[in-house]
Amino acid sequence: MSENPAKIKKVSIIISKGSLDGIYPGLIMANGARMEGIEVNLFFTFFGLYGILKKYNKGIKIATVGNPTMRVPDAKGLPLPTLVGLIPGMSAFATWMMKREIEKLDIPPIPEMLEMIHDAGGRIFACKATVDMFHLTKEDFSPQVEKVLTVGEFYEISAGAQIIFT
Amino acid sequence: MATKILAGVNVDVNEEGYLNDNSQWNKEIAAAIAKEEGIAELTAEHWKVIEFLQTDYKEKGALPTIRRINVACVPTKEFYTLFPGGPLKKAAKIAGLPKPASCV
Repeated sequence: MSENPAKIKKVSIIISKGSLDGIYPGLIMANGARMEGIEVNLFFTFFGLYGILKKYNKGIKIATVGNPTMRVPDAKGLPLPTLVGLIPGMSAFATWMMKREIEKLDIPPIPEMLEMIHDAGGRIFACKATVDMFHLTKEDFSPQVEKVLTVGEFYEISAGAQIIFT
Repeated sequence: MATKILAGVNVDVNEEGYLNDNSQWNKEIAAAIAKEEGIAELTAEHWKVIEFLQTDYKEKGALPTIRRINVACVPTKEFYTLFPGGPLKKAAKIAGLPKPASCV
């Protein structure tokens, strides 16, 4: 391996999108960071916040409309036209297919993944502006959520970190 | 490929310090690698993890994921406490196994 510049010591990962493919990458990166001994703060905002709403985070889905790269029945299949993606149940079906593949890689469902990151020492936060906008309270969150933060507090907590927006 | 003296014997290691030949591994070498990784003493709990990784690797040809370790060996929290700062990598290195090749 080539000369290593300074090792990454701390990251802040922002999850802002509420689809399955919007939430998982940030979770996988957060967990992977902990596996490397990197300090992690996870910040959920806008529709990404659904990833930490205990009533909804089991049911996060893939968008089959407005997702022009999506192919069926697998990644090398035919493109899925928007009008077909519109058929009721398509999103649920695509989600089911993808979840099956995710499970094969031993990547846990979202609620369990939050627990895993939390147990690994990753800290999980919700965005104040979104929480106010959606009229949410502490009871709506998964138990691993530590606190609701303002943007200012997020930057304070992120001191010395690399910030990753997803 | 390089050799390194661990616990008084010459062992083949790669550029990151993982053993190239698992048959050269023994408990003294494990303890020596652990010291280099900042673990002063390997306790019974450490050995439980090390042995689990070795058995699983032998059976499946790959290291277990953190999730599998949580279910089948030690809880995630404890795993991170036992091998601070990169538990799977450290535990694999101490167990004489290759660097983890999975994202989870």
